[in-house]
Amino acid sequence: MREITFMQALDEAMLEEMARDERVITFATRRASALEQKFGDRRVRFTPISESAFTGIGLGAAGSGYRPVVHWGMVTFSFVAMDQIVNQASKIRYMFGGQADFPVTYRCTTGGGAQIAAQHSQSPYSMFMHLAGLKIVLPSTPADAKGLLKASIRDNNPVVVFECSRLMGMTGPVPDRDEIVPLGVADVKRAGTDVTVVGLAYYVGEALAVAKALEPEGISVEVIDPRTLVPLDVETIRASVRKTGRLVVVDEAPATCSAASEIIALVTEDPATFRALKAPAQRVCAAPVPVPFSPPLEKAALPDQARIVAAIRRVLRADAR
Amino acid sequence: MSVEMLRAMVLIREFDLLAIELRKQKRVHGVVHPYVGEEAVAVGVCSTLRRTDRITSTHRGHGHCIAKGADINRMMAELFGRVDGYCKGKGGSMHIADFAIGMLGANGIVAGGLPIACGAALAAQLDGQGAVTACFFGDGATGEGEFHESLNISALWKLPVIFVCENNQYGAENAVESVRTVAAIESHAAAYGMPGVAVDGNDVLAVRDAAQAAVERARRGEGPTLLHCRTFRWLFHAMRDAPPPETRPTDVIAAWQARDRDAIARLEDHLIGQGVLTPGALASMRDEVRRDLEAAVAFAEASPYPDPNDLLVDMFAE
Repeated sequence: MREITFMQALDEAMLEEMARDERVITFATRRASALEQKFGDRRVRFTPISESAFTGIGLGAAGSGYRPVVHWGMVTFSFVAMDQIVNQASKIRYMFGGQADFPVTYRCTTGGGAQIAAQHSQSPYSMFMHLAGLKIVLPSTPADAKGLLKASIRDNNPVVVFECSRLMGMTGPVPDRDEIVPLGVADVKRAGTDVTVVGLAYYVGEALAVAKALEPEGISVEVIDPRTLVPLDVETIRASVRKTGRLVVVDEAPATCSAASEIIALVTEDPATFRALKAPAQRVCAAPVPVPFSPPLEKAALPDQARIVAAIRRVLRADAR
Repeated sequence: MSVEMLRAMVLIREFDLLAIELRKQKRVHGVVHPYVGEEAVAVGVCSTLRRTDRITSTHRGHGHCIAKGADINRMMAELFGRVDGYCKGKGGSMHIADFAIGMLGANGIVAGGLPIACGAALAAQLDGQGAVTACFFGDGATGEGEFHESLNISALWKLPVIFVCENNQYGAENAVESVRTVAAIESHAAAYGMPGVAVDGNDVLAVRDAAQAAVERARRGEGPTLLHCRTFRWLFHAMRDAPPPETRPTDVIAAWQARDRDAIARLEDHLIGQGVLTPGALASMRDEVRRDLEAAVAFAEASPYPDPNDLLVDMFAE
């Protein structure tokens, strides 16, 4: 299969979905020239820097028969539009008794590691998970990025797609056919027997690198990528933990009220999975600080392979005591 | 048409006066935001709309629903929290919507409906069938960023939207002049390159004329208009168990409630003066409205409360 980058995979998804369904429209504060050339400036619009307005326009057009894909740019900018996200998009279907569907997709980049400092290095997916009415997508490979974005655009609900900045240049095999990756299905990226590592976005790759590095020591690591946080395929994670008895969750968001915390809670609330645990579950997350600018400080704030290895060794030691 | 408009205004006023009584009796739940005194704005604007046109509304939304043609039985059932309400009891007074008639929802957030109205207008523009969206909001919304963003982007894209500012003189307890330096709300329009029109919001025929011009402009693809409708909220901002004490000056209230400024009395006098309506016909119209509202209450009370087992239904579409 041909290999393309994560960013090219996302672009392909947009091209294919706009060609497939003329109700798909898109807007962003940056011109999407390739899309505009192909589909025209009625369906592909660039907007004033007015996040509240264009977030709500996406919602209103979705409730009136279209499938808007709204690009916030960095997730940072979505915070300017919190009324439309929190009070409107996440509640509109339920509070009106399900009388209309709102098939709008919000895209944004996310994550740190690029020395762009506190405001532009955030990973706030758990804030959006908390709202209950939004689907949350977080791909870690080019193939998943394409398949999940396509599924998001076809979904009949508001979906937020978080696209990790550090993965944009990553290459990988991507189907050139019309293949979707369904929302709510986790992917076991590597099978193992000793410890389950759930990684999110960039940290799926880091977890895979750690798994490979520990293999010569006879440590068998299973790496799971949830791929979507809402809906969350908790059963795949629980089944893995029942097999390995050990759980480490790796994410670059701070640990407090994080997706990592939610995953651990859902795993330990299940009696059979709880009984199978041989060690306390571990979170490997960002330090509870705004992400700092200077490279050594930023590196210290974010998870890395050494901290993932240390957490794996902790859960392996715990049951030896 | 004028008689129908009068009937709609009377129905709106009686609906809200009844809702207040029902809330005092704890038969309906939550908060009631009465629209009494402002009826001419909703009715005048909606009289220019087709069923396929859309509106967005506010926390004070009962009047907009009725003016757009909503079923008062299902509205009342929603206030009662019953399963036959428009939102199956999930929304209540502040979140009534009827997408089948283009009523895209009341909204508990000041200015929250403006971007959504622009989105509906974008859809109408792409559909190319000449439909428009009327967006109702209060004077308080002019302090919100969503107001300014929506005016700018809709003018830029020539969206078929009519921004209807219901200036009822008070944002909750705060007089409009205590939160704005410029009284002429329509003057915002100039900054965004669209017509801005001020109108006596208690003259339903004047509102209708102003709205008609704005709607026709929008249907022609020439873009949005800002209407500033000067009106007055006769009653309190909101009530829960009991109406809150009045804090506004008595003489101001009395002046707005005088027969020569009350939108309903003015249209009644006009229609009787023109010989279009007789006092007898007016009395039977009011009786009919009263009977319709009694039937709506009976419909609501006959409807069951939602089943708690259905709590999670309607979260996500298939």
